[in-house]
Amino acid sequence: MDSINYQNFRIDAENICVDYNGKVALYDANLRLKPGQICGLVGMNGAGKTTFFNALTGFVNISKGKIRINGESVRSAQKDQTIAYVPQSEGIDSQFPINVWDVVMMGRYGSMNIFRCPRESDVQAVKDAIERVDLTDHLSTPIGNLSGGQRKRTFLARAIAQRASILLLDEPFSGVDIRTEKLISELFIQFKNEGKTILLSTHDMMHVREFCDLVLLINKTVVAYGETSEVFTPENITTTFGGISPDFLFGPES
Amino acid sequence: MELSSFLTLDSFITDPLTHDFMRKALFMSSLVAAVCGFLSSYLTLKGWALMGDAVSHSVMPGVVVAYALGLPFSLGAFIFGVGSVALIGFIKQKSRVKEDTVIGLVFTGFFALGIVLVSKIKSNIDLHSILFGSPLGISLSDVKQTIFISLLVVILLSIFRKDLMLYCFDPRHAKTVGINVFFLHYLLLTCLSLAAVVGLQSVGIILVVAMLITPGATAYLLTDKFDTMTIISVLSAIISSVIGIYISFWFDLETGGSIVLAQTFIFLFAFLFAPRYGIFKLKKFFAGYK
Repeated sequence: MDSINYQNFRIDAENICVDYNGKVALYDANLRLKPGQICGLVGMNGAGKTTFFNALTGFVNISKGKIRINGESVRSAQKDQTIAYVPQSEGIDSQFPINVWDVVMMGRYGSMNIFRCPRESDVQAVKDAIERVDLTDHLSTPIGNLSGGQRKRTFLARAIAQRASILLLDEPFSGVDIRTEKLISELFIQFKNEGKTILLSTHDMMHVREFCDLVLLINKTVVAYGETSEVFTPENITTTFGGISPDFLFGPES
Repeated sequence: MELSSFLTLDSFITDPLTHDFMRKALFMSSLVAAVCGFLSSYLTLKGWALMGDAVSHSVMPGVVVAYALGLPFSLGAFIFGVGSVALIGFIKQKSRVKEDTVIGLVFTGFFALGIVLVSKIKSNIDLHSILFGSPLGISLSDVKQTIFISLLVVILLSIFRKDLMLYCFDPRHAKTVGINVFFLHYLLLTCLSLAAVVGLQSVGIILVVAMLITPGATAYLLTDKFDTMTIISVLSAIISSVIGIYISFWFDLETGGSIVLAQTFIFLFAFLFAPRYGIFKLKKFFAGYK
Protein backbone atom coordinates (compact mmCIF):
# COMPACT_ATOMS: atom_id res chain seq x y z
CA MET A 1 0.00 0.00 0.00
CA ASP A 2 3.00 2.31 -0.29
CA SER A 3 2.71 5.45 -2.42
CA ILE A 4 -0.95 5.58 -3.27
CA ASN A 5 -1.70 7.61 -6.35
CA TYR A 6 -4.93 9.40 -5.45
CA GLN A 7 -5.58 10.20 -9.09
CA ASN A 8 -6.33 6.52 -9.56
CA PHE A 9 -9.41 6.74 -7.42
CA ARG A 10 -12.63 8.06 -8.85
CA ILE A 11 -14.09 8.42 -5.38
CA ASP A 12 -11.91 8.82 -2.33
CA ALA A 13 -13.82 9.57 0.85
CA GLU A 14 -11.70 9.67 3.98
CA ASN A 15 -13.15 9.65 7.51
CA ILE A 16 -16.14 11.74 6.52
CA CYS A 17 -18.71 12.88 9.09
CA VAL A 18 -22.07 14.51 8.44
CA ASP A 19 -24.33 15.96 11.07
CA TYR A 20 -27.62 17.80 10.82
CA ASN A 21 -27.87 20.45 13.54
CA GLY A 22 -25.74 18.42 15.91
CA LYS A 23 -27.42 15.09 15.14
CA VAL A 24 -24.86 12.70 13.69
CA ALA A 25 -26.00 10.99 10.49
CA LEU A 26 -22.69 9.51 9.40
CA TYR A 27 -19.24 9.31 11.01
CA ASP A 28 -15.75 8.13 10.09
CA ALA A 29 -16.90 6.69 6.78
CA ASN A 30 -14.34 5.67 4.17
CA LEU A 31 -14.77 4.65 0.58
CA ARG A 32 -12.38 4.25 -2.33
CA LEU A 33 -13.58 3.35 -5.78
CA LYS A 34 -11.71 2.99 -9.07
CA PRO A 35 -12.96 3.38 -12.64
CA GLY A 36 -15.11 0.48 -13.76
CA GLN A 37 -16.06 -0.61 -10.25
CA ILE A 38 -19.61 -1.19 -9.14
CA CYS A 39 -20.19 -0.88 -5.41
CA GLY A 40 -23.34 -1.70 -3.48
CA LEU A 41 -24.31 0.49 -0.54
CA VAL A 42 -26.29 -1.54 1.97
CA GLY A 43 -27.85 -0.49 5.27
CA MET A 44 -31.10 0.02 7.12
CA ASN A 45 -33.37 2.98 6.59
CA GLY A 46 -31.72 5.88 8.37
CA ALA A 47 -28.31 4.20 8.30
CA GLY A 48 -26.91 7.10 6.30
CA LYS A 49 -27.11 5.84 2.70
CA THR A 50 -28.78 8.95 1.32
CA THR A 51 -26.52 11.09 3.52
CA PHE A 52 -23.52 9.38 1.98
CA PHE A 53 -24.83 10.23 -1.50
CA ASN A 54 -25.57 13.79 -0.43
CA ALA A 55 -22.02 14.21 0.87
CA LEU A 56 -20.52 12.92 -2.40
CA THR A 57 -22.66 15.25 -4.54
CA GLY A 58 -22.04 18.19 -2.23
CA PHE A 59 -25.74 18.54 -1.39
CA VAL A 60 -24.77 18.50 2.30
CA ASN A 61 -21.48 19.67 3.75
CA ILE A 62 -19.25 17.27 5.62
CA SER A 63 -18.23 18.39 9.09
CA LYS A 64 -15.04 16.34 9.14
CA GLY A 65 -12.95 14.31 6.73
CA LYS A 66 -12.07 14.73 3.09
CA ILE A 67 -13.69 13.86 -0.22
CA ARG A 68 -11.68 13.71 -3.43
CA ILE A 69 -13.37 13.08 -6.75
CA ASN A 70 -10.80 12.19 -9.42
CA GLY A 71 -8.27 13.71 -7.05
CA GLU A 72 -10.11 17.03 -6.89
CA SER A 73 -12.67 18.74 -4.68
CA VAL A 74 -16.42 18.06 -4.78
CA ARG A 75 -16.92 21.63 -5.99
CA SER A 76 -14.81 21.10 -9.09
CA ALA A 77 -16.49 17.72 -9.65
CA GLN A 78 -19.80 19.61 -9.77
CA LYS A 79 -18.40 22.09 -12.27
CA ASP A 80 -17.04 19.25 -14.44
CA GLN A 81 -20.34 17.31 -14.43
CA THR A 82 -18.42 14.34 -13.01
CA ILE A 83 -21.17 12.96 -10.79
CA ALA A 84 -24.73 12.08 -11.77
CA TYR A 85 -27.36 11.31 -9.19
CA VAL A 86 -30.35 9.10 -9.98
CA PRO A 87 -32.95 9.74 -7.26
CA GLN A 88 -35.13 7.08 -5.72
CA SER A 89 -38.73 7.09 -6.88
CA GLU A 90 -40.05 8.76 -3.72
CA GLY A 91 -37.44 11.51 -4.05
CA ILE A 92 -39.18 13.29 -6.92
CA ASP A 93 -42.55 14.91 -7.51
CA SER A 94 -44.06 12.65 -10.18
CA GLN A 95 -46.89 15.16 -10.73
CA PHE A 96 -44.52 17.93 -11.82
CA PRO A 97 -45.60 19.25 -15.25
CA ILE A 98 -42.59 18.13 -17.25
CA ASN A 99 -42.04 15.58 -19.99
CA VAL A 100 -39.36 12.95 -20.60
CA TRP A 101 -37.37 15.08 -23.07
CA ASP A 102 -37.15 18.05 -20.69
CA VAL A 103 -36.07 15.91 -17.72
CA VAL A 104 -33.29 14.30 -19.74
CA MET A 105 -32.27 17.74 -21.07
CA MET A 106 -31.73 18.79 -17.45
CA GLY A 107 -28.72 16.48 -17.52
CA ARG A 108 -27.12 18.97 -19.93
CA TYR A 109 -27.92 22.16 -17.95
CA GLY A 110 -24.61 22.21 -16.13
CA SER A 111 -22.64 22.54 -19.36
CA MET A 112 -24.99 25.00 -21.10
CA ASN A 113 -24.95 28.82 -21.10
CA ILE A 114 -26.94 30.80 -18.52
CA PHE A 115 -30.19 30.70 -20.54
CA ARG A 116 -29.84 26.93 -20.88
CA CYS A 117 -30.29 27.02 -24.65
CA PRO A 118 -29.66 23.52 -26.03
CA ARG A 119 -26.95 23.27 -28.67
CA GLU A 120 -26.88 20.67 -31.43
CA SER A 121 -24.59 18.50 -29.27
CA ASP A 122 -27.00 18.72 -26.31
CA VAL A 123 -29.95 17.64 -28.44
CA GLN A 124 -27.90 14.72 -29.77
CA ALA A 125 -26.80 13.68 -26.26
CA VAL A 126 -30.42 13.70 -25.07
CA LYS A 127 -31.60 11.73 -28.09
CA ASP A 128 -28.91 9.09 -27.61
CA ALA A 129 -29.57 8.81 -23.89
CA ILE A 130 -33.30 8.35 -24.38
CA GLU A 131 -32.61 5.72 -27.01
CA ARG A 132 -30.36 3.78 -24.66
CA VAL A 133 -33.10 3.51 -22.05
CA ASP A 134 -35.64 2.61 -24.73
CA LEU A 135 -38.02 5.56 -24.22
CA THR A 136 -37.94 7.00 -27.74
CA ASP A 137 -41.71 6.49 -28.01
CA HIS A 138 -42.30 8.66 -24.94
CA LEU A 139 -40.33 11.83 -25.71
CA SER A 140 -43.19 14.19 -24.92
CA THR A 141 -44.97 12.08 -22.31
CA PRO A 142 -45.41 13.91 -18.99
CA ILE A 143 -43.57 12.00 -16.27
CA GLY A 144 -46.82 11.69 -14.35
CA ASN A 145 -48.15 9.39 -17.09
CA LEU A 146 -45.17 7.04 -17.01
CA SER A 147 -44.95 3.77 -15.12
CA GLY A 148 -42.53 3.53 -12.19
CA GLY A 149 -40.02 1.70 -14.37
CA GLN A 150 -40.26 4.18 -17.23
CA ARG A 151 -39.77 7.06 -14.81
CA LYS A 152 -36.69 5.37 -13.38
CA ARG A 153 -35.33 4.97 -16.91
CA THR A 154 -35.98 8.67 -17.58
CA PHE A 155 -33.73 9.67 -14.70
CA LEU A 156 -31.14 7.12 -15.78
CA ALA A 157 -31.22 8.75 -19.23
CA ARG A 158 -30.61 12.12 -17.57
CA ALA A 159 -27.49 10.69 -15.95
CA ILE A 160 -26.36 9.25 -19.30
CA ALA A 161 -26.97 12.56 -21.09
CA GLN A 162 -24.87 14.29 -18.45
CA ARG A 163 -21.92 12.07 -19.54
CA ALA A 164 -20.85 11.69 -15.93
CA SER A 165 -18.08 9.28 -15.05
CA ILE A 166 -19.57 8.53 -11.63
CA LEU A 167 -23.18 7.38 -11.18
CA LEU A 168 -24.88 7.39 -7.80
CA LEU A 169 -28.13 5.45 -7.83
CA ASP A 170 -30.54 5.50 -4.92
CA GLU A 171 -32.56 2.27 -4.94
CA PRO A 172 -32.42 1.79 -8.73
CA PHE A 173 -34.41 -1.45 -8.60
CA SER A 174 -37.22 -0.50 -6.25
CA GLY A 175 -40.68 -0.45 -7.82
CA VAL A 176 -39.58 -1.29 -11.36
CA ASP A 177 -40.94 -3.85 -13.81
CA ILE A 178 -38.95 -6.88 -15.06
CA ARG A 179 -38.20 -5.19 -18.38
CA THR A 180 -36.71 -2.13 -16.69
CA GLU A 181 -34.73 -4.31 -14.31
CA LYS A 182 -33.25 -6.21 -17.24
CA LEU A 183 -32.48 -3.00 -19.11
CA ILE A 184 -30.81 -1.44 -16.07
CA SER A 185 -28.63 -4.50 -15.49
CA GLU A 186 -27.57 -4.48 -19.15
CA LEU A 187 -26.71 -0.80 -18.84
CA PHE A 188 -24.61 -1.54 -15.74
CA ILE A 189 -22.45 -3.91 -17.75
CA GLN A 190 -22.05 -1.28 -20.50
CA PHE A 191 -21.19 1.41 -17.93
CA LYS A 192 -18.60 -0.87 -16.39
CA ASN A 193 -17.02 -1.47 -19.79
CA GLU A 194 -17.02 2.28 -20.43
CA GLY A 195 -15.05 2.69 -17.21
CA LYS A 196 -17.77 4.46 -15.26
CA THR A 197 -17.85 4.09 -11.50
CA ILE A 198 -21.18 3.13 -9.94
CA LEU A 199 -22.35 3.37 -6.36
CA LEU A 200 -25.86 2.05 -5.80
CA SER A 201 -27.94 1.62 -2.71
CA THR A 202 -30.28 -1.32 -2.57
CA HIS A 203 -32.44 -3.36 -0.26
CA ASP A 204 -32.22 -6.41 -2.44
CA MET A 205 -29.46 -8.83 -1.46
CA MET A 206 -29.75 -10.66 -4.78
CA HIS A 207 -28.81 -7.55 -6.72
CA VAL A 208 -25.71 -7.02 -4.63
CA ARG A 209 -24.46 -10.53 -5.40
CA GLU A 210 -25.36 -10.16 -9.06
CA PHE A 211 -23.85 -6.76 -9.96
CA CYS A 212 -21.56 -5.46 -7.28
CA ASP A 213 -17.82 -6.06 -7.31
CA LEU A 214 -17.59 -4.34 -3.96
CA VAL A 215 -19.99 -3.80 -1.13
CA LEU A 216 -20.13 -1.13 1.56
CA LEU A 217 -22.20 -2.09 4.60
CA ILE A 218 -23.11 0.92 6.71
CA ASN A 219 -24.90 1.70 9.91
CA LYS A 220 -24.05 5.36 10.66
CA THR A 221 -20.47 4.29 9.93
CA VAL A 222 -18.81 1.60 7.85
CA VAL A 223 -19.56 -1.86 9.22
CA ALA A 224 -17.66 -3.67 6.49
CA TYR A 225 -16.18 -2.84 3.11
CA GLY A 226 -14.51 -4.96 0.45
CA GLU A 227 -15.00 -7.53 -2.28
CA THR A 228 -18.57 -8.74 -2.30
CA SER A 229 -17.53 -12.39 -2.12
CA GLU A 230 -15.51 -11.75 1.05
CA VAL A 231 -17.50 -9.10 2.86
CA PHE A 232 -21.09 -9.91 2.04
CA THR A 233 -21.43 -12.58 4.71
CA PRO A 234 -24.50 -13.37 6.81
CA GLU A 235 -22.58 -12.25 9.93
CA ASN A 236 -21.75 -8.84 8.48
CA ILE A 237 -25.27 -8.36 7.18
CA THR A 238 -26.70 -9.23 10.57
CA THR A 239 -24.40 -6.68 12.22
CA THR A 240 -25.42 -4.04 9.66
CA PHE A 241 -29.08 -4.58 10.34
CA GLY A 242 -28.74 -4.26 14.09
CA GLY A 243 -28.67 -7.94 14.99
CA ILE A 244 -31.62 -9.00 12.89
CA SER A 245 -30.79 -11.94 10.68
CA PRO A 246 -31.01 -11.40 6.92
CA ASP A 247 -33.32 -14.42 6.62
CA PHE A 248 -35.85 -12.65 8.75
CA LEU A 249 -35.48 -9.41 6.78
CA PHE A 250 -35.39 -10.71 3.26
CA GLY A 251 -36.66 -14.26 3.43
CA PRO A 252 -34.48 -17.35 3.00
CA GLU A 253 -31.74 -16.74 0.47
CA SER A 254 -31.98 -18.70 -2.71
CA MET B 1 -83.91 44.25 -29.77
CA GLU B 2 -80.70 42.61 -30.72
CA LEU B 3 -79.10 45.94 -31.44
CA SER B 4 -80.00 47.42 -28.06
CA SER B 5 -78.66 44.45 -26.13
CA PHE B 6 -75.47 44.72 -28.14
CA LEU B 7 -75.26 48.37 -27.20
CA THR B 8 -75.75 47.53 -23.54
CA LEU B 9 -72.95 45.00 -23.60
CA ASP B 10 -70.84 47.47 -25.52
CA SER B 11 -71.39 50.21 -22.97
CA PHE B 12 -70.85 47.73 -20.15
CA ILE B 13 -67.31 47.40 -21.42
CA THR B 14 -66.60 50.88 -22.76
CA ASP B 15 -68.30 53.10 -20.16
CA PRO B 16 -65.73 52.46 -17.43
CA LEU B 17 -62.96 53.12 -19.95
CA THR B 18 -64.03 56.76 -20.24
CA HIS B 19 -62.74 57.30 -16.72
CA ASP B 20 -59.05 57.98 -16.37
CA PHE B 21 -58.79 56.18 -13.02
CA MET B 22 -60.42 53.08 -14.49
CA ARG B 23 -58.02 52.90 -17.41
CA LYS B 24 -55.13 53.25 -15.00
CA ALA B 25 -56.58 50.66 -12.61
CA LEU B 26 -57.12 48.17 -15.43
CA PHE B 27 -53.61 48.63 -16.76
CA MET B 28 -51.89 48.49 -13.39
CA SER B 29 -53.88 45.54 -12.09
CA SER B 30 -53.25 43.57 -15.27
CA LEU B 31 -49.53 44.26 -15.01
CA VAL B 32 -49.43 43.24 -11.37
CA ALA B 33 -51.54 40.17 -12.11
CA ALA B 34 -49.19 39.14 -14.91
CA VAL B 35 -46.16 39.38 -12.61
CA CYS B 36 -47.84 37.49 -9.77
CA GLY B 37 -49.22 34.92 -12.24
CA PHE B 38 -45.75 34.31 -13.70
CA LEU B 39 -44.31 33.72 -10.24
CA SER B 40 -47.33 31.70 -9.21
CA SER B 41 -46.39 28.63 -11.25
CA TYR B 42 -43.09 28.39 -9.40
CA LEU B 43 -44.61 28.93 -5.96
CA THR B 44 -47.34 26.33 -6.36
CA LEU B 45 -44.89 23.73 -7.68
CA LYS B 46 -42.35 24.50 -4.97
CA GLY B 47 -45.05 24.31 -2.31
CA TRP B 48 -44.45 27.82 -1.06
CA ALA B 49 -48.06 28.93 -0.51
CA LEU B 50 -47.51 29.41 3.21
CA MET B 51 -44.24 31.19 2.49
CA GLY B 52 -46.11 33.54 0.15
CA ASP B 53 -48.65 34.26 2.85
CA ALA B 54 -45.87 34.91 5.35
CA VAL B 55 -43.92 37.28 3.13
CA SER B 56 -46.97 39.25 2.03
CA HIS B 57 -48.14 39.81 5.62
CA SER B 58 -44.65 40.59 6.87
CA VAL B 59 -44.22 43.56 4.52
CA MET B 60 -46.83 45.50 6.54
CA PRO B 61 -44.48 47.25 9.02
CA GLY B 62 -42.10 48.02 6.15
CA VAL B 63 -44.85 49.81 4.25
CA VAL B 64 -45.84 51.82 7.32
CA VAL B 65 -42.28 52.82 8.24
CA ALA B 66 -41.48 53.78 4.65
CA TYR B 67 -44.57 55.98 4.44
CA ALA B 68 -43.70 57.62 7.76
CA LEU B 69 -40.13 58.34 6.62
CA GLY B 70 -41.18 59.43 3.16
CA LEU B 71 -39.29 56.61 1.45
CA PRO B 72 -40.59 54.52 -1.44
CA PHE B 73 -42.94 52.05 0.22
CA SER B 74 -41.56 49.23 -1.94
CA LEU B 75 -38.17 49.60 -0.28
CA GLY B 76 -39.58 49.16 3.22
CA ALA B 77 -41.77 46.30 2.11
CA PHE B 78 -38.89 44.54 0.42
CA ILE B 79 -36.61 44.79 3.47
CA PHE B 80 -39.25 43.38 5.80
CA GLY B 81 -40.32 40.71 3.28
CA VAL B 82 -36.81 39.30 2.89
CA GLY B 83 -36.11 39.92 6.59
CA SER B 84 -39.06 37.79 7.64
CA VAL B 85 -37.82 34.89 5.54
CA ALA B 86 -34.32 35.21 6.98
CA LEU B 87 -35.80 35.25 10.47
CA ILE B 88 -37.94 32.19 9.74
CA GLY B 89 -34.84 30.34 8.51
CA PHE B 90 -32.85 31.40 11.55
CA ILE B 91 -35.46 30.39 14.14
CA LYS B 92 -36.09 27.09 12.38
CA GLN B 93 -32.40 26.24 12.43
CA LYS B 94 -31.76 27.31 16.00
CA SER B 95 -34.81 25.81 17.69
CA ARG B 96 -36.79 22.59 17.71
CA VAL B 97 -40.03 24.31 16.67
CA LYS B 98 -41.49 22.96 13.41
CA GLU B 99 -41.29 25.05 10.25
CA ASP B 100 -44.99 25.79 9.69
CA THR B 101 -45.28 26.95 13.29
CA VAL B 102 -42.27 29.23 12.88
CA ILE B 103 -43.71 30.68 9.67
CA GLY B 104 -47.08 31.40 11.30
CA LEU B 105 -45.43 32.85 14.35
CA VAL B 106 -43.09 35.20 12.49
CA PHE B 107 -45.55 36.61 9.98
CA THR B 108 -48.30 37.30 12.51
CA GLY B 109 -45.69 39.01 14.68
CA PHE B 110 -44.63 41.25 11.81
CA PHE B 111 -48.23 41.92 10.80
CA ALA B 112 -49.17 42.89 14.36
CA LEU B 113 -46.17 45.20 14.50
CA GLY B 114 -47.44 46.90 11.36
CA ILE B 115 -50.92 47.41 12.78
CA VAL B 116 -49.54 48.79 16.05
CA LEU B 117 -47.27 51.15 14.11
CA VAL B 118 -50.18 52.47 12.05
CA SER B 119 -52.12 53.33 15.20
CA LYS B 120 -49.06 55.00 16.77
CA ILE B 121 -47.79 56.94 13.76
CA LYS B 122 -50.84 59.17 13.35
CA SER B 123 -50.17 60.12 9.77
CA ASN B 124 -52.19 60.09 6.60
CA ILE B 125 -51.58 56.36 6.11
CA ASP B 126 -54.76 54.80 4.85
CA LEU B 127 -54.87 51.46 6.68
CA HIS B 128 -57.81 50.37 4.58
CA SER B 129 -55.95 50.74 1.29
CA ILE B 130 -52.94 48.82 2.64
CA LEU B 131 -55.07 45.98 3.94
CA PHE B 132 -57.54 45.74 1.08
CA GLY B 133 -55.75 47.43 -1.84
CA SER B 134 -56.75 50.47 -3.83
CA PRO B 135 -56.18 49.96 -7.53
CA LEU B 136 -58.57 52.84 -8.29
CA GLY B 137 -56.65 55.36 -6.20
CA ILE B 138 -53.10 54.56 -7.22
CA SER B 139 -50.73 57.58 -7.30
CA LEU B 140 -48.35 58.48 -10.10
CA SER B 141 -45.19 57.74 -8.08
CA ASP B 142 -46.69 54.36 -7.18
CA VAL B 143 -47.35 53.72 -10.86
CA LYS B 144 -43.69 54.33 -11.73
CA GLN B 145 -42.49 52.13 -8.87
CA THR B 146 -44.86 49.35 -9.79
CA ILE B 147 -43.85 49.35 -13.44
CA PHE B 148 -40.17 49.30 -12.50
CA ILE B 149 -40.55 46.45 -10.01
CA SER B 150 -42.77 44.47 -12.36
CA LEU B 151 -40.27 44.70 -15.19
CA LEU B 152 -37.45 43.72 -12.85
CA VAL B 153 -39.27 40.60 -11.66
CA VAL B 154 -40.30 39.60 -15.19
CA ILE B 155 -36.72 40.00 -16.45
CA LEU B 156 -35.26 38.00 -13.54
CA LEU B 157 -37.81 35.21 -13.91
CA SER B 158 -37.29 35.11 -17.69
CA ILE B 159 -33.52 34.84 -17.45
CA PHE B 160 -33.58 32.13 -14.78
CA ARG B 161 -36.78 30.45 -15.97
CA LYS B 162 -35.25 27.03 -16.59
CA ASP B 163 -32.93 27.08 -13.60
CA LEU B 164 -35.82 27.95 -11.29
CA MET B 165 -37.89 25.15 -12.79
CA LEU B 166 -35.03 22.72 -12.13
CA TYR B 167 -34.68 24.13 -8.61
CA CYS B 168 -38.37 23.49 -7.92
CA PHE B 169 -38.27 20.06 -9.52
CA ASP B 170 -34.98 18.53 -8.37
CA PRO B 171 -32.66 20.80 -6.34
CA ARG B 172 -30.35 17.88 -5.64
CA HIS B 173 -29.61 17.41 -9.33
CA ALA B 174 -29.14 21.17 -9.72
CA LYS B 175 -26.53 21.12 -6.98
CA THR B 176 -24.83 18.01 -8.40
CA VAL B 177 -24.23 19.65 -11.78
CA GLY B 178 -22.81 22.80 -10.21
CA ILE B 179 -25.83 25.12 -10.40
CA ASN B 180 -25.93 27.66 -7.55
CA VAL B 181 -28.96 26.47 -5.58
CA PHE B 182 -28.38 29.00 -2.79
CA PHE B 183 -28.63 31.82 -5.31
CA LEU B 184 -31.80 30.41 -6.89
CA HIS B 185 -33.43 30.02 -3.46
CA TYR B 186 -32.87 33.67 -2.62
CA LEU B 187 -33.73 34.79 -6.15
CA LEU B 188 -37.13 33.14 -5.82
CA LEU B 189 -37.60 34.71 -2.37
CA THR B 190 -36.62 38.13 -3.69
CA CYS B 191 -39.09 37.83 -6.56
CA LEU B 192 -41.72 36.70 -4.06
CA SER B 193 -41.16 39.79 -1.88
CA LEU B 194 -41.22 42.12 -4.87
CA ALA B 195 -44.36 40.52 -6.29
CA ALA B 196 -46.06 40.79 -2.90
CA VAL B 197 -45.15 44.49 -2.84
CA VAL B 198 -46.74 45.23 -6.20
CA GLY B 199 -49.62 42.83 -5.61
CA LEU B 200 -50.71 44.48 -2.39
CA GLN B 201 -51.61 47.68 -4.27
CA SER B 202 -54.10 45.73 -6.30
CA VAL B 203 -55.76 43.51 -3.71
CA GLY B 204 -54.15 44.52 -0.40
CA ILE B 205 -51.88 42.72 2.03
CA ILE B 206 -54.48 40.27 3.29
CA LEU B 207 -55.43 38.90 -0.12
CA VAL B 208 -52.17 39.23 -2.03
CA VAL B 209 -51.30 35.59 -1.36
CA ALA B 210 -54.26 34.67 -3.57
CA MET B 211 -52.59 36.48 -6.48
CA LEU B 212 -49.48 34.40 -5.80
CA ILE B 213 -51.04 30.95 -5.62
CA THR B 214 -54.49 30.78 -7.22
CA PRO B 215 -53.46 31.36 -10.87
CA GLY B 216 -50.72 28.74 -10.58
CA ALA B 217 -53.08 26.25 -8.98
CA THR B 218 -55.65 26.82 -11.74
CA ALA B 219 -53.04 26.35 -14.46
CA TYR B 220 -51.67 23.21 -12.75
CA LEU B 221 -55.09 21.57 -13.21
CA LEU B 222 -55.15 22.39 -16.92
CA THR B 223 -51.80 21.26 -18.30
CA ASP B 224 -48.84 18.92 -17.98
CA LYS B 225 -46.36 21.33 -19.56
CA PHE B 226 -44.50 23.88 -17.52
CA ASP B 227 -44.40 26.61 -20.17
CA THR B 228 -48.10 26.21 -20.90
CA MET B 229 -48.76 26.33 -17.18
CA THR B 230 -46.97 29.68 -16.92
CA ILE B 231 -48.94 31.11 -19.85
CA ILE B 232 -52.31 29.92 -18.48
CA SER B 233 -51.37 31.23 -15.05
CA VAL B 234 -50.55 34.70 -16.39
CA LEU B 235 -53.65 34.84 -18.60
CA SER B 236 -56.04 33.68 -15.88
CA ALA B 237 -54.56 36.25 -13.50
CA ILE B 238 -55.01 39.08 -16.02
CA ILE B 239 -58.55 38.01 -16.93
CA SER B 240 -59.49 37.81 -13.24
CA SER B 241 -58.19 41.31 -12.64
CA VAL B 242 -60.16 42.77 -15.54
CA ILE B 243 -63.35 40.92 -14.54
CA GLY B 244 -62.89 41.91 -10.91
CA ILE B 245 -62.43 45.59 -11.70
CA TYR B 246 -65.44 45.71 -14.04
CA ILE B 247 -67.66 43.97 -11.52
CA SER B 248 -66.52 46.23 -8.71
CA PHE B 249 -67.22 49.27 -10.93
CA TRP B 250 -70.72 48.27 -11.95
CA PHE B 251 -71.90 46.78 -8.68
CA ASP B 252 -69.95 49.08 -6.38
CA LEU B 253 -68.00 46.27 -4.67
CA GLU B 254 -64.59 46.21 -3.01
CA THR B 255 -62.12 45.93 -5.92
CA GLY B 256 -59.47 43.72 -4.31
CA GLY B 257 -62.06 41.27 -3.08
CA SER B 258 -63.71 41.16 -6.50
CA ILE B 259 -60.42 40.37 -8.26
CA VAL B 260 -59.61 37.54 -5.88
CA LEU B 261 -63.16 36.17 -6.10
CA ALA B 262 -62.88 36.15 -9.89
CA GLN B 263 -59.66 34.12 -9.53
CA THR B 264 -61.36 31.73 -7.13
CA PHE B 265 -64.24 31.17 -9.55
CA ILE B 266 -61.86 30.47 -12.41
CA PHE B 267 -60.07 27.96 -10.17
CA LEU B 268 -63.38 26.30 -9.24
CA PHE B 269 -64.28 26.08 -12.92
CA ALA B 270 -60.97 24.33 -13.64
CA PHE B 271 -61.42 22.14 -10.57
CA LEU B 272 -64.78 20.93 -11.89
CA PHE B 273 -64.25 20.87 -15.65
CA ALA B 274 -60.52 20.55 -16.36
CA PRO B 275 -60.13 18.04 -19.24
CA ARG B 276 -57.87 15.62 -17.41
CA TYR B 277 -57.71 16.63 -13.76
CA GLY B 278 -61.18 18.10 -13.20
CA ILE B 279 -63.84 16.30 -11.21
CA PHE B 280 -66.00 15.74 -14.29
CA LYS B 281 -63.08 15.03 -16.63
CA LEU B 282 -64.61 16.57 -19.75
CA LYS B 283 -62.13 14.78 -22.00
CA LYS B 284 -63.46 11.37 -21.02
CA PHE B 285 -67.00 12.69 -21.23
CA PHE B 286 -66.59 13.81 -24.84
CA ALA B 287 -64.54 10.76 -25.76
CA GLY B 288 -67.58 8.70 -24.83
CA TYR B 289 -69.54 10.34 -27.65
CA LYS B 290 -66.99 9.68 -30.36
